[in-house]
Amino acid sequence: MSRQARVPAPPLATPRGIGIHDQVLFALVLAAAVATLISGFVALAPNRLVSGVPASLWISAGAAFTAAIIVTALLLLAVSMSPQHPAALAAAALLAGAWLLLTVAALGYAARTLIVDAPPAARVSAGPAFWVVAVCAALAFVNALQRLRAGLVLMTAAVAALCGGIILFAITGAFDALSIVREYAARRMLFGAALVRHVALVAGSVGPALLVGFPLGIAAARKPRLQGPLFAVLNLLQTVPSIALFGLLIVPLSALAAALPRLAAIGVGGIGPAPAIIALVLYALLPIVRNTVTGLAGVAPAVIDAARGMGLTRAQIFRRVELPLSLPILVAGLRIVTVQTIGLAVVAALIGAGGLGTFVFEGLGQYALDLVLLGALPAIGLALAADFVLHMLSALLPGARRG
Amino acid sequence: MIELDRVTKRYDGRSVVDDLSLTIRSGELCVLLGSSGCGKSTTLRMINRLVTADAGTIRVDGKDIIAFAPEVLRRRIGYAIQSTGLFPHWTVADNIATVPRLLDWPGPRIAARVKELLELFRLDPAAYRGKYPHQLSGGEQQRVGVARALAADPELLLMDEPFAAVDPITRDALQSELLRIHRATGKTIVFVTHDIEEALRLATLIAVMDQGHIVQSATPLDLLEHPASDFVRDFVGRQGLGLKLLSVRRVAERVRRGESAPGESLPQEASLRDALSAMTAQRTDRLPVADPAGRPIGIITLADLVR
Repeated sequence: MSRQARVPAPPLATPRGIGIHDQVLFALVLAAAVATLISGFVALAPNRLVSGVPASLWISAGAAFTAAIIVTALLLLAVSMSPQHPAALAAAALLAGAWLLLTVAALGYAARTLIVDAPPAARVSAGPAFWVVAVCAALAFVNALQRLRAGLVLMTAAVAALCGGIILFAITGAFDALSIVREYAARRMLFGAALVRHVALVAGSVGPALLVGFPLGIAAARKPRLQGPLFAVLNLLQTVPSIALFGLLIVPLSALAAALPRLAAIGVGGIGPAPAIIALVLYALLPIVRNTVTGLAGVAPAVIDAARGMGLTRAQIFRRVELPLSLPILVAGLRIVTVQTIGLAVVAALIGAGGLGTFVFEGLGQYALDLVLLGALPAIGLALAADFVLHMLSALLPGARRG
Repeated sequence: MIELDRVTKRYDGRSVVDDLSLTIRSGELCVLLGSSGCGKSTTLRMINRLVTADAGTIRVDGKDIIAFAPEVLRRRIGYAIQSTGLFPHWTVADNIATVPRLLDWPGPRIAARVKELLELFRLDPAAYRGKYPHQLSGGEQQRVGVARALAADPELLLMDEPFAAVDPITRDALQSELLRIHRATGKTIVFVTHDIEEALRLATLIAVMDQGHIVQSATPLDLLEHPASDFVRDFVGRQGLGLKLLSVRRVAERVRRGESAPGESLPQEASLRDALSAMTAQRTDRLPVADPAGRPIGIITLADLVR
């Protein structure tokens, strides 16, 4: 890897003068500003089933929050136009974090104030402006940390601090007036169970997929003739729409459960977790097998030749050379599969597998969008968390130290 | 001693190595020389059983190599290759320690051996021990590759075009070091190359190969003076034959002992070609000669070169 590839993109103007030195940050702040100007920060609806009336940031969140958010955004804009010193980047990270926390706090405050004068069934939801600003702030935060070349510890600490801040708001009841929190409050028990079930579905699918896919990948890497037919089948599976695959499995599994009552007794049936896990495993196989093959094929033949020539056995070559050298790509495959499975498991609720998808489909059925979000947001959160943890894990691997 | 006795290797019915016999005495630096596809690498790789011979026997120190498990055999034979094959995820010290670890040497002995080898290759142990291969230059990587091959002190070292991928200046330095280490350790070395100049410079014995056969095996001087066939004559090159002859003879053979001359002295190990070069550069027809300790032992003149 050449050194130049890591250097940030050159500024549009001279390095020392005024110019846009961080185009990403500049664009994020602009996007947030436009969204705030043209769309609602929150929406107030008479009940949970109808769309609300949008209210802008300054009307809903009051002068103090509005001023604080604008000042923070202006400071970020100034940082994006100043030379990229470490101090400026650190300031950008702090400001972006503050921006996100302020926006989230403003949302809670807006909901609390709007709900006071509203009828009992009224609901306050987050509007487009909130989502755009929150996403832009989060991206600005990550962008600043990456430009700082933050190491493992700093990155984890920074993300933990930000998440901790939001969780602290939630615990102190800052969001209690929001519609999504009311949906949660009505399903507190169900939510915990659904979250656990969702994680269990993911773990129960990724685990077996690894147990099957990893040996398949090794076999395909050793015997290239296997790769054609194997990838043909796995690619075909990947092209089947998930809803169709879940549906297709109902028939054979119902028949199987009818024929073998013992299987039915342990929960195998046309609907429920069994077809969901089978489908999720099938979808997970392609990335696992592909990354295993790619990882093992990426080990230089000269390295294997030298290892053989020095008298390492095949098992020693695999364990000491091939596995550590391909591990970053294997972990990348695990990342893809975990994130993909967390998303697909939402759809599995359609065939009665449970999990966070239950709320999504219940919400869709009732046209209660905040109930959909109660399922979708934690699923997104889970996916981001899994991605972050596995990404940090791959940075710890010995292979990551190479060039 | 290595004996290859009527060894044959076929791929898809075609003989890559055909009924080949060759004896390499202990301490010899034998170069297998030939163009690509002549079977020289296959011959080398049959010695440590990376390639299995289809017919014939190979004996190392009188014992048929079939008697050993391949891994046991390979741990007793050093192996260095063109692209080094260093393990990119291991430090220099870990790379060099590969075979000693396979042989379960105790830790302190491994550490001492790594230090000794780094010093032998003039790499400062403190600076280089903890580096990763990608932090080294091409020449340094190749030194570590050869150090790793020598780590368990094998009697026999196999080298497959080890210096083919480095620049000419580095290659020259690496060749000098290999000669120095060969003299210092007395290892038997089998060295594959397609480069005639490299072969003439390094070898005590050159086996010229063509289409799976050895067409001539001789000392560098014999090869130049008495090529066995037109193929060999063509391969060693009709042009510049005189210079090649100069390059395989040492100053020590022609020195006039006891005489003295002004100028920068030549080491007695230098080739006559080096002597000619130095005389031309210094515009003189005679130069003093020194022994390895730097003491003057005599002179060499322009006329001595062509005697």
